[in-house]
Amino acid sequence: MSYLKAEALVGGYGGAMILNSCTIAVDRGRIAVIVGPNGAGKSTAMKAILGLLRLTSGRVLLDGRDITALPTQARISAGMAFVPQTDNVFPSLSVFENLQMGALLRRDPIGETLEEIFALFPILAEKRHQLAGQLSGGQRQQLAVGRALMTRPSVLLLDEPTAGVSPNVMDELFDRITRIAAQGLAVVMVEQNAAGALEIADTGFVLVQGANRFTGAGRDLLNDPDIRRSFLGGRK
Amino acid sequence: MTDLLNGLIHLTSMLVLPGLAYGSQLAFGALGVTLIFGVLRFSNFAHAEGMSLGTAVCILLTLWLQGKGIALGPLPTALIGMCLAVPVMALVFIGTDRALYQHFRRINARPEVFMIVSAGVMLIMNGAIRLIVGPDGREFEDGERFIVTAGGFRAWSGLAEPLVLKTSQAMTIGLALAVGFALFLFLNRTRSGRSMRAYADNRNLALLSGVDPDRIVRLTWVLVAVLSVTGGVLFGLDKGYRPFVYQQLLLPMFAAAVVGGLGSPLGAIAGSMIVAFSELALTFAWKKALGYLLPAAWAPEGLMQFLSTDYKFAISFLILVVVLLVRPAGLFGKPVK
Repeated sequence: MSYLKAEALVGGYGGAMILNSCTIAVDRGRIAVIVGPNGAGKSTAMKAILGLLRLTSGRVLLDGRDITALPTQARISAGMAFVPQTDNVFPSLSVFENLQMGALLRRDPIGETLEEIFALFPILAEKRHQLAGQLSGGQRQQLAVGRALMTRPSVLLLDEPTAGVSPNVMDELFDRITRIAAQGLAVVMVEQNAAGALEIADTGFVLVQGANRFTGAGRDLLNDPDIRRSFLGGRK
Repeated sequence: MTDLLNGLIHLTSMLVLPGLAYGSQLAFGALGVTLIFGVLRFSNFAHAEGMSLGTAVCILLTLWLQGKGIALGPLPTALIGMCLAVPVMALVFIGTDRALYQHFRRINARPEVFMIVSAGVMLIMNGAIRLIVGPDGREFEDGERFIVTAGGFRAWSGLAEPLVLKTSQAMTIGLALAVGFALFLFLNRTRSGRSMRAYADNRNLALLSGVDPDRIVRLTWVLVAVLSVTGGVLFGLDKGYRPFVYQQLLLPMFAAAVVGGLGSPLGAIAGSMIVAFSELALTFAWKKALGYLLPAAWAPEGLMQFLSTDYKFAISFLILVVVLLVRPAGLFGKPVK
């Protein structure tokens, strides 16, 4: 039994179904990556896990507990953290205030978590008094991840964390995400850049039209010529 | 030397002090406008009416207090009435929100819809004011009228020009500093203030972070009540309360908020001072001041008044138009992406 399991999700917006029985599962300390062509329902699947999408059927289990009926805020209190793809920081708040906002629901001292996040992303410590709106794209993504980690979550959901950042920064971000998972978090990541993400994935889920097409270890998926040709742009 | 002193005293008494007082009164209003725009995301056309209603409530409470023989000595009793009127107006604003705005937030109405709704609220409040205090003006200032009187200053300084400082002016400037400072402390140093800024900045992320939107909305209206009542009462004390004069404040208040950048509290204060001093300086008769300050040969013949005071609203309007054309984001606003 996986720590986080979204089973046979069916749902969509309005009439059209976007998810057609899609299953995602991940354990603590592992990274699951959802890849697939545009419109495959990758982000929608993540929104369903977070409770931002009304499901027609299927269920979401966190540590064996059925949380399908819980609203988003309750899921966040239960240990989920989400980094949206865009608009994922408060631009007119300082870096430090952004992190404080991440810890809004906590009533205990946050100093220790802050130190951990500053150790993970030293640039944030350096720019702690700068406005988030003045950060570069890569720094902003680091802050977005840092903000999400402030709740000390057990599950981290990342919607295309490397969208719009340079290749160098991308490698760095993937490295940090690996480190975050190593601390015992279950990480689920939707990625446009499938090749890079599958490198660090323990499990890869290839979605097509809202359903699982292939599932396997990231490396295996990368090495499969069919998958490579169909979904990874046929590079290399 | 005496000429220079006389000139400076004249300017301080007739331009600088009234300008600071008027600018502070506008700032109370513009801060409210900018808070509502930033957090609730609409232009509140009922804002001036809210200030007027708050003042009306304060006047009734003040009359009641005066009837009970309660007074503050040299300070106007209205200061106590003001404190009592704030919770009343907070309930009025929150009630209005529950009855009207909340529905339009739920259905994700566009900002223009909110604006029209607020125009409706303006008409309702206007009617309510007529019912509560009637359309006539009221004097409700008691206590010591002046801190520095013309005669007293002349006798003390021996100068020809008098310096006048009204109690209401000093109170306005003092309270504006105090309330402004408190507002900045609240927004920047407290958890609730930070949540409010976060909610204004990025609503979805704020909700994901666990911000309770209903609480933010209530908090905003409470702050707006504090600002509206304080600003309205101080304006009424300074200029005498006439219920429908407040409508004329709407344009300068919005001009001030836009000049500073809608959504920026610091901008609202700066914008208020810019609008207030432009209005006063352009309608001020500079003859006397220039007569003192310039060599005798250059003393002007005419009044040296750029515009008749009847045109003072045109100045706000002009400032508004120029800012929207040249720098729509305002002085402290975020440029539109």
